[in-house]
Amino acid sequence: MSILKIEGIHKNFAGLTALNEVNLEVQEGSVHAIIGPNGAGKSTLLNCLVGRIAPDAGTATFAGRSLLGIKPHEISQAGVARVFQTPEIFGDLTVFENVMIPALAKRDGDFRLNAWRRMDSQSDIRDHAAEILRDVDLLSRGGVVANSLSRGDKRRLELAMCLVQDPRLLLLDEPTAGMSRADTNNTIDLLKQIGERGITKVIIEHDMHVVFSLAHRVSVLAQGTVIAEGTPDEIKGNPVVQEAYLGGAH
Amino acid sequence: MTTDSARKDWMLAGGFALAILTMPVWLTPIGASYPDLLQKFAIFGIFAVGFNILFGLTGYLSFGHAAFLGAGSYAAMWAFKALSMNVLPAVLFGVLVAGLFALVIGFISLRRSGIYFSILTLAFAQMSYNLAYSVLTPITNGETGLQLSRSDPRILDSLFGTETGAGLPSTNLFGVEMSGYPGFYFCAVMLILCFVISMRIFRSPFGMKLRAIKSNQNRMNYLGFNTGPYTLAAFVISGMYAGLAGALMVATDPLAGAERMQWTASGEVVLMTILGGAGTLVGPILGACIIKYCENIFSAFNERMLSNAFSLLPDPVQHFLVVVINPFVGEGWHLTLGLVFVLIVIFLPGGLMEGIRRLSRIRLGGPGGGAKDKAPLPGMAEART
Repeated sequence: MSILKIEGIHKNFAGLTALNEVNLEVQEGSVHAIIGPNGAGKSTLLNCLVGRIAPDAGTATFAGRSLLGIKPHEISQAGVARVFQTPEIFGDLTVFENVMIPALAKRDGDFRLNAWRRMDSQSDIRDHAAEILRDVDLLSRGGVVANSLSRGDKRRLELAMCLVQDPRLLLLDEPTAGMSRADTNNTIDLLKQIGERGITKVIIEHDMHVVFSLAHRVSVLAQGTVIAEGTPDEIKGNPVVQEAYLGGAH
Repeated sequence: MTTDSARKDWMLAGGFALAILTMPVWLTPIGASYPDLLQKFAIFGIFAVGFNILFGLTGYLSFGHAAFLGAGSYAAMWAFKALSMNVLPAVLFGVLVAGLFALVIGFISLRRSGIYFSILTLAFAQMSYNLAYSVLTPITNGETGLQLSRSDPRILDSLFGTETGAGLPSTNLFGVEMSGYPGFYFCAVMLILCFVISMRIFRSPFGMKLRAIKSNQNRMNYLGFNTGPYTLAAFVISGMYAGLAGALMVATDPLAGAERMQWTASGEVVLMTILGGAGTLVGPILGACIIKYCENIFSAFNERMLSNAFSLLPDPVQHFLVVVINPFVGEGWHLTLGLVFVLIVIFLPGGLMEGIRRLSRIRLGGPGGGAKDKAPLPGMAEART
């Protein structure tokens, strides 16, 4: 059963076509990778899905609900979480607080003042945050200010912030960009571990090692159009893809 | 841990209350224990604590908070004229009107962030200031300022048959006049209440969300928070604190003038907060007290007083010191304040509270830098004292 359905998405930027009639279907529980050369429109597509960019035409439905024309916080409350290319965390707060905040969003919705009760009396939030931090192996660093974490740990923290909300769909924009090989492998392991939770994932990634380690299906974008779609093995052997993206070297 | 940190907070509140209520005693040696100055410490302390809820927690820098100070003053003054000379209705009315005013200005200004937000708030405050001098003269009494008159109706006082005597009536709290030390103690109790409320906000989920907005508002949106109502709530609460400060000004000195809405008053509360330490609980109050102390004490110094102070030194040295220090006192006290502010911003960006923290770290022999990335409690970076 498809959880995300994109039909005829089109986006122009000052005469330049960034997305041209993009159609895509993501199955629930699967890992769907979107690959393509620089400027293919991958990030634009992701930004359309999270309310950052309004497409000129087309539809995007998540679990039967349209994602277009609604605000980012409404998309998040609907069950869509996003991991950014550069980890977007609360650098001035502690690791623990970084995870407690999204847990509050999950429990209280998009607005609840709650200005009198002490934060440390919210035991349900603390326990939930601790459980997720244990899962991503950051519990021992809970009291550390997030800005002092390494790049790899910041990525783990960002993932924990998404996971604590128990999303149905996780959108990952180049989650291993700028990472060392060791950090990349750790992130792959972590994403596989997350896979056991049954969360559907859409990954935009340049690193083929990451794509072929994780993805069940791969869509290839080139010049704003989906030129191929299939299993990783099918994509590897597709001459059109090799020509457009892998340059025939793969 | 919950009980432990809650107990620490109550100890902090208790210590703060004790320090404020005993100010007339321990401020005597530095000549700052007279009621007018003590009232200013408490009133501007409230103003700064409120401003810190907006600026210290969310990072939104308002240059227009004087508008709420003025609105609170005018509203309280009207309560004295129309309802009663008792300060409670006036304070209530001042807070309410300032809160409504903040709701309108905040709703519009918070559509932008950064410098654009600051400019919008400044524009609104200047508009209010100019309106108070022009078209709103029937409400504000223009340049003369809003004053009490014997012919004011004072409905509640008439209803309860309260005697006002032959001259102009005085503001009071159930018969206790609000001038002198009683006025200070009333303001001090209000400051303590405001401090406790501010402390609860700092420690609450609301406070944590405001700090997260300051850190990364974009991420907050993508985590499912509608950040608009949170920043608006902080703006309104902050405006209500300013309204309370304005109401207390007329409770202790019943005259409301438009100059309270001028941009210099908005700038002053920014200085107070940054000087003491934005985002800390006690810092803004410390900043407010230092600025008001400088304003009242240093501005009263003159060349003759300096000569007397250095009279024990040899003549050439005495003359040299008087010549060097004289430009920094009297009318030139702003130069002292400016220099102190520059030094604080350069060397202690976290304000005086950062200096105090550094000193206590050195005194305790703790690591100079290693501890700074650790939270004081496991997992929770308690909002700084």
